[in-house]
Amino acid sequence: MAYFLQQLINGLTLGSIYGLIAIGYTMVYGIIGMINFAHGEIYMIGAFISIITFLVLGLIGVSYVPLALTLVLLTTMFFTAIYGWTVERVAYRPLRGSFRLAPLISAIGTSIFLQNYVQILQGAREKPMLPLVQGGFTVFESGGFVVRLSYLQLLIMLVTLALMAGFSTLIATTPLGRAQRACEQDMQMAALLGVDVDRVISMTFVMGAALAAVAGLMVTLYYGVVDFFIGFLAGVKAFTAAVLGGIGSLPGAMLGGILIGLIEAFWSGYFSVEYKDVSVFVVLILVLVFRPTGLLGRPELEKV
Amino acid sequence: MAALVATLLALPLVGAQTYDIGGGALGIRTHFDWVAMAAAAVFAGRLALHLQQRLRRGREMVDETVFARLAVWGNRRALPLTLTGIAFAVALPFLPFSSRYLIDLGTTVLIYIMLGWGLNVVVGLAGLLDLGYVAFYAVGAYTFALLARHLGLTFWQALPFSGVVAASFGVILGFPVLRLRGDYLAIVTLGFGEIIRIILLNWSPVTGGPNGISDIPRPSFFGLPFAHSAPEGVTTFHQFFGLEFSATQRVTYIYFVILALALVTNLFTLRLRKLPIGRAWEALREDEVACRALGINPTNVKLSAFGIGAMLGGIAGCFFATRQGFISPESFTFIESATILAIVVLGGMGSQMGVVLAALLLVTLPEFGRAFAEFRMLIFGAAMVAIMVWRPRGLLAHREPSLRLVPKSTRVLWP
Repeated sequence: MAYFLQQLINGLTLGSIYGLIAIGYTMVYGIIGMINFAHGEIYMIGAFISIITFLVLGLIGVSYVPLALTLVLLTTMFFTAIYGWTVERVAYRPLRGSFRLAPLISAIGTSIFLQNYVQILQGAREKPMLPLVQGGFTVFESGGFVVRLSYLQLLIMLVTLALMAGFSTLIATTPLGRAQRACEQDMQMAALLGVDVDRVISMTFVMGAALAAVAGLMVTLYYGVVDFFIGFLAGVKAFTAAVLGGIGSLPGAMLGGILIGLIEAFWSGYFSVEYKDVSVFVVLILVLVFRPTGLLGRPELEKV
Repeated sequence: MAALVATLLALPLVGAQTYDIGGGALGIRTHFDWVAMAAAAVFAGRLALHLQQRLRRGREMVDETVFARLAVWGNRRALPLTLTGIAFAVALPFLPFSSRYLIDLGTTVLIYIMLGWGLNVVVGLAGLLDLGYVAFYAVGAYTFALLARHLGLTFWQALPFSGVVAASFGVILGFPVLRLRGDYLAIVTLGFGEIIRIILLNWSPVTGGPNGISDIPRPSFFGLPFAHSAPEGVTTFHQFFGLEFSATQRVTYIYFVILALALVTNLFTLRLRKLPIGRAWEALREDEVACRALGINPTNVKLSAFGIGAMLGGIAGCFFATRQGFISPESFTFIESATILAIVVLGGMGSQMGVVLAALLLVTLPEFGRAFAEFRMLIFGAAMVAIMVWRPRGLLAHREPSLRLVPKSTRVLWP
């Protein structure tokens, strides 16, 4: 029981991170119907920017942890968002209206490019990061097994919750959110009615990148190491989460992320660590085969 | 003026983008000079782009790029061009300037050409995006390695098995997932590729785990091995023909094996295209709903494309194993899939010539770029994006319908 609870906590933490990345996939897919393959790389860049910002802040002498965290959060979101914007502008916008596979290929190219870009600039070795938020509290103890919820895990879940709430409000109430929903339903009609579609798509990429940046920051804090290759696997898993939850749906992405996190945590906890990635892929295949619309997705009509 | 405004707008964003270059591992090394250089480069590039567009706007817009003309020209002279290409490929080892290195490089190019043609069946003809093609390549390679190790089969005996096993993997995977739409299918095949790789990596008792399988037998020439000295009772190739032994003989032989395999693949797919099943693939690529209305069973047709593509990949994998003599999961990563896909797409989907051109380009360019090896993949990724933006249909993408209702010469334009 205690072990189960501990895995539950770990899974929820991991799931929050996946959920944040998955939102980026789901928003982009919802609006322009393409898989943004480079999104995992954006998340990786977020992790790198966060580690660099920490170092810079350390040099300047900001040592009060909450202040440093807030600053890093904002800087990382800002710069990663610029990356998201640039990727869309350079690699996807010229291909709008092209045939279906072109943006996907372009996305794979971007992903390879960004990976090697970071590798060349920052080196291929893992970057270690000193634990910043330490401590935690014991949930309960049974039979000598201590279930712990660290402050960091709590922080990750809380920040994720806050961001989710914030973004849902943004989409539901602001003019930008309304424009996004309009574009999702019918891009041409939205354009006719005076919505600047290109701007909306750009903003979608910016928002997705900002959320991925938060996920990158959290992973840096949580695992304490970052390397240039983390983007690929995290990207695929987050995409699985988006599909599982029903692509195009925000709460679905979050739910899917948490489910994937739980599956991964329990699988490594009870079966084998080596095959934990296989478990995620198997889930992906099963979901796509048996319920392609995901848990919370709307069925999609195929148009001739 | 517009150019200047756009440049000024782009400058802070694109210039600031490189800000994070500054960091080293745990200490910070700042490279503000790099940032400045990058910003300047972007500025200049943007300016040049604008100027070029300005100049272009003056003239009338002509979409006749070099490659478009090349594609049309290549299409018109397909036969002589093909024959010249084949003749050159056959003659390559005997040309005065050829060396062992060159033949080795040629072999690598041919492997990719063969993989490209195999994947072309799936992506180019049937229009199914497969991001896990390398899985079938791996299955073929491991099938041969395991058969050779446990049953002592030679390369030629194992070749059909590799194909069959890979094809059955293709069908097993394809059966549940082929109902999915394009991008979902892409992700599932990507997942499948990773699953195969992870299994190869972790199932150590059978696959040797990360160490892979070594000592895979080399191919022999009708039972004559290529070795300096053979065991009792076996004649080696150079003894049989009374030649001086040299290591180049084996390399050359391997080159010819893959050349033959690649040519057979090409002929095979060319003929398949003319069969009803090949026509069904192309029809399905263009319009699935219409196909269904015409009584084509999409799942079966897709499955056949998937299976045949997988079989060709498996055969290429078998050859890869015997050529390297050693295989490990390292050789079958996602990047490999992406490379093969890039070859197909860059060449122009469905174009056999395009595959050859793209394979030559993608395999030999990094060889020339050995000097700046670490930038290889960077340029590779950038090139993929650039070609997609520049010619989204691929380099040689002049697509002729493979069947005409009215012969070309007698075609009448509607008034």
